[in-house]
Amino acid sequence: MRLATAANEAYTAPLAVSELLGCKQCGGGPDHDEELGIRIPRPLGQGPSRFIPEKEILQVGSEDAQMHALFADSFAALGRLDNITLVMVFHPQYLESFLKTQHYLLQMDGPLPLHYRHYIGIMAAARHQCSYLVNLHVNDFLHVGGDPKWLNGLENAPQKLQNLGELNKVLAHRPWLITKEHIEGLLKAEEHSWSLAELVHAVVLLTHYHSLASFTFGCGISPEIHCDGGHTFRPPSVSNYCICDITNGNHSVDEMPVNSAENVSVSDSFFEVEALMEKMRQLQECRDEEEASQEEMASRFEIEKRESMFVFSSDDDEVTPARDVSRHFEDTSYGYKDFSRHGMHVPTFRVQDYCWEDHGYSLVNRLYPDVGQLIDEKFHIAYNLTYNTMAMHKDVDTSMLRRAIWNYIHCMFGIRYDDYDYGEINQLLDRSFKVYIKTVVCTPEKVTKRMYESFWRQFKHSEKVHVNLLLIEARMQAELLYALRAITRYMT
Amino acid sequence: MEKMSRVTTALGGSVLTGRTMHCHLDAPANAISVCRDAAQVVVAGRSIFKIYAIEEEQFVEKLNLRVGRKPSLNLSCADVVWHQMDENLLATAATNGVVVTWNLGRPSRNKQDQLFTEHKRTVNKVCFHPTEAHVLLSGSQDGFMKCFDLRRKDSVSTFSGQSESVRDVQFSIRDYFTFASTFENGNVQLWDIRRPDRCERMFTAHNGPVFCCDWHPEDRGWLATGGRDKMVKVWDMTTHRAKEMHCVQTIASVARVKWRPECRHHLATCSMMVDHNIYVWDVRRPFVPAAMFEEHRDVTTGIAWRHPHDPSFLLSGSKDSSLCQHLFRDASQPVERANPEGLCYGLFGDLAFAAKESLVAAESGRKPYTGDRRHPIFFKRKLDPAEPFAGLASSALSVFETEPGGGGMRWFVDTAERYALAGRPLAELCDHNAKVARELGRNQVAQTWTMLRIIYCSPGLVPTANLNHSVGKGGSCGLPLMNSFNLKDMAPGLGSEARLDRSKGDARSDTVLLDSSATLITNEDNEETEGSDVPADYLLGDVEGEEDELYLLDPEHAHPEEPECVLPQEAFPLRHEIVDTPPGPEHLQDKADSPHVSGSEADVASLAPVDSCFSLLSVSHALYDSRLPPDFFSVLVRDMLHFYAEQGDVQMAVSVLIILGERVRKDIDEQTQEHWYTSYIDLLQRFRLWNVSNEVVKLSTSRAVSCLNQASTTLHVNCSHCKRPMSSRGWVCDRCHRCASMCAVCHHVVKGLFVWCQGCSHGGHLQHIMKWLEGSSHCPAGCGHLCEYS
Repeated sequence: MRLATAANEAYTAPLAVSELLGCKQCGGGPDHDEELGIRIPRPLGQGPSRFIPEKEILQVGSEDAQMHALFADSFAALGRLDNITLVMVFHPQYLESFLKTQHYLLQMDGPLPLHYRHYIGIMAAARHQCSYLVNLHVNDFLHVGGDPKWLNGLENAPQKLQNLGELNKVLAHRPWLITKEHIEGLLKAEEHSWSLAELVHAVVLLTHYHSLASFTFGCGISPEIHCDGGHTFRPPSVSNYCICDITNGNHSVDEMPVNSAENVSVSDSFFEVEALMEKMRQLQECRDEEEASQEEMASRFEIEKRESMFVFSSDDDEVTPARDVSRHFEDTSYGYKDFSRHGMHVPTFRVQDYCWEDHGYSLVNRLYPDVGQLIDEKFHIAYNLTYNTMAMHKDVDTSMLRRAIWNYIHCMFGIRYDDYDYGEINQLLDRSFKVYIKTVVCTPEKVTKRMYESFWRQFKHSEKVHVNLLLIEARMQAELLYALRAITRYMT
Repeated sequence: MEKMSRVTTALGGSVLTGRTMHCHLDAPANAISVCRDAAQVVVAGRSIFKIYAIEEEQFVEKLNLRVGRKPSLNLSCADVVWHQMDENLLATAATNGVVVTWNLGRPSRNKQDQLFTEHKRTVNKVCFHPTEAHVLLSGSQDGFMKCFDLRRKDSVSTFSGQSESVRDVQFSIRDYFTFASTFENGNVQLWDIRRPDRCERMFTAHNGPVFCCDWHPEDRGWLATGGRDKMVKVWDMTTHRAKEMHCVQTIASVARVKWRPECRHHLATCSMMVDHNIYVWDVRRPFVPAAMFEEHRDVTTGIAWRHPHDPSFLLSGSKDSSLCQHLFRDASQPVERANPEGLCYGLFGDLAFAAKESLVAAESGRKPYTGDRRHPIFFKRKLDPAEPFAGLASSALSVFETEPGGGGMRWFVDTAERYALAGRPLAELCDHNAKVARELGRNQVAQTWTMLRIIYCSPGLVPTANLNHSVGKGGSCGLPLMNSFNLKDMAPGLGSEARLDRSKGDARSDTVLLDSSATLITNEDNEETEGSDVPADYLLGDVEGEEDELYLLDPEHAHPEEPECVLPQEAFPLRHEIVDTPPGPEHLQDKADSPHVSGSEADVASLAPVDSCFSLLSVSHALYDSRLPPDFFSVLVRDMLHFYAEQGDVQMAVSVLIILGERVRKDIDEQTQEHWYTSYIDLLQRFRLWNVSNEVVKLSTSRAVSCLNQASTTLHVNCSHCKRPMSSRGWVCDRCHRCASMCAVCHHVVKGLFVWCQGCSHGGHLQHIMKWLEGSSHCPAGCGHLCEYS
């Protein structure tokens, strides 16, 4: 089925990326099959994800009725069954909502023309150097009749889209800096100005693709077969692959062996789960006993916020940005800066004053009808999704853990819940997990397989994907909250 | 009785006075509440907690309850409520989940009384029992409601909303033990305070969170709820099932709702986002608010009626850091600014229109409807003393009848249905359409089609029958007509002479644009025509003399009073092939010599306008060879299209545009084309010519138009057994696992085209049903229905 999809895609989009961008290292030139003159692509890598062994992932053909229906919908909507879908299908309930939202955003009635939508998707994904999403949407962009010239960089796109670049940048890396002046600049630019409805559509798209980029890196999604880096034309027997295949896949196929220091024994990691559950139980019980003072609570938030800054992987291995289209959109000078690190004081965002359920939803639904509902459902499903299992344990109430993850991400963005004791985060999330969360949410392009493997070693892959869903939805909500608050402030 | 006496003591003792006023707070307010004496109001927010005295002219800050050096989250209030029995008792709900009570009677500066830290999440609402002094209820984000007895240190009972966040809790004013709670998932629950184990009643009130509710102060069991779905609903809880009695649609999510005292059907609402105004609605008139307060510059977060028995004072707090007192008499009344109008089509195309009298008078004075019969009927509405909208007393009703026959659009429908727009060669299409137009008596249009065919197709193929229609005699001559034109406002002799002079010197085709009316003379001469200057000369004279005879076409039969048609009426300057076809039939020669050119001759298509200043030239060419560049006529055609569109015959413009396609498209700018297309499609849809309109959409080349067909292309199917939507496949229901659409003939599942009778809703495969109906007209399912298919 996947091969069929790829063939279909190549047929419908004759200007495939490989043609457009050329695989320079491997000659770029057609490497014709002697007999028919047709080059047959062969999949590279193993399965949809580089982190998750292929055998763990559901095989197409062995899905149940619900999943099958989802696949059918996805295929009908996109004309393909992409690797993201194949990984997300661990959680069919969420996937359904995700696909519905994405389909609506990209293909249904909306204020922006179709090629703009894909172009914005490209812009957003390129912020995180996510070649996977960029390639997908380059195809779609050309397919809906977008001008190939735009792909040479943002400066070739209409002024209107160029104006969006700044918002894209801030939103992706430091959303707390968005002010109503940003919004005003977009809405009042004479002939290049955005309408409010268009802007909300664009903001939703940007946040959607920022967080989707997080997912792509967080789960190590492999390139699609028809995209650059997703295939090879070499016969399978040839062992030495060309260099561009590796760089385009972000990280080489062969990961470094797991650090010996972190290579803890199985029994250790077994205790890890036990310890986590014990902590949850303790928190549940003794919450009523020791009541922290108000000052204590406030400082816990600050501590967590500050600590989150220093949580960073030590191995900052630089990845060579050799990524075709995305390099045209990159502005590497602007990246994630920790919330209020350099003495620049940004007031804490209080959820009780501006929350998605009450305020964000109303605004989105007013300006871009139905989408508020769809996103709301998606947030709800992601936040409440649980199978009451933890690794090998069953019937566990994981709400506390999920809330800790969600609030930790919002904490990194400076969003505070008055009714949450941030001490819980320290109890429940260990350092390697925090490193992973922080990297996926803030600088997804730096995620490595080692990071993915080093947290929650005993947990199943489906649970790690579940964590990723929480991460991307929390991130999307955080970005949306800041952007929508700025829009609200502009409107009042 | 007791109530009456209380009213008199409350209002009679000290009549409330005041004016519309506001005062600035230091911080945004989240909630307000009024003291029982109607003289004090408490404002609470994240960083504000103050009591203001309401005086005649202004608000005066009386007490700041936010004391202590370090601001505590316990003071970050989400809600505040003042006890309606005890002037000293207040309660606040904090965003960190703490419920605090305050005793103003305490001698110290810190009035904080008790602290309940039982909720795990933000407390959204607190509510005192209306008559019981010590009972406090709270509702929290963690999904629990707790009832506190203020004489005890902890809660008396806990009510679980099954893990859904509680947004509002309100004690019933009439029923001692009852309270209502609203939830984030859209549910409303009714509880008995004595039974914490389960709720008395639960129903879904809104789609999305229910932010607020309020019990009616007098009508037992009336509960108003407001939700994120922008609706306010009034429920009657006295019946067995909660019954929705009224529904008000507002423009933004409803954050608070409060019944107006002493006005049975009025309630005030404010919104949570986007909309800053406070509205007072009459629930019986759910579309236009009865009153509107527009003072706030940011969303209103708290509203309260100042006194439970005085309907004219409303207090409000807002995110814009201000506290307002609104007087009802100062409210703006949107209904005053509205122009009530009604418009309705009758069964036979009559149009009824009702509007305010003054408006109608002005309107008819400006623009008389001369062609229509009018029956203005004036009536007065009965005045209802209890009705606040009595201001609009009278309106005028006008009925416009369509004149039988006149102005009918039959021709439009016929034309639309019969025109062929694609699928055949251009020449055939033109011929077909010309035929259609002629049969409908639209000769001018027919003529245009014919000319288009001549212009764009090679002439040898033109059947004579089509060319000679204007004369009415077909086929006596095989000479095709090449072009026609008139010489407007020009001495005919002069014009033709000038032309002929030129043509003598020029053996090739030659064109002269004679005047600004874009009348085009195409003169295609060859040597043979040289000798024809004399006939042409007297032809002109003759034609003038024989106008009446020549008046063969009346393009405007339906509208004789219309100013004369501005279309360049083209006539054919007559050119006979005298020399060219020497062996030609004899009558041709005769004709050439005869001055009576068009009176009887078959080969002339001529059009003569009524206006005598028009002169007619007719000429026919035997040969049209493609010496003219292909886009030579495009200017003319473009003008023609514009002309038709201007006239309102957008049908013609679009049809020609589609048929000619690339040939003219580039000459007409994209926007105009799009405009024509959309107008035509709109018209077609009004006449319910869905097929034609779809065809037009499909054939259109304009991007914006052709994408019309790509929007909303989903067809939703419901299962015939369980009535649920069938989401995944159209023929099998996921829910009841039955195949929904069975063919009544072969009893198999229909996966493709399904056709069914709208009378008995039985049906099946298209082929099967068609076959069945050949033999029987009864329903194949055996239900006895005489099925009809259109």
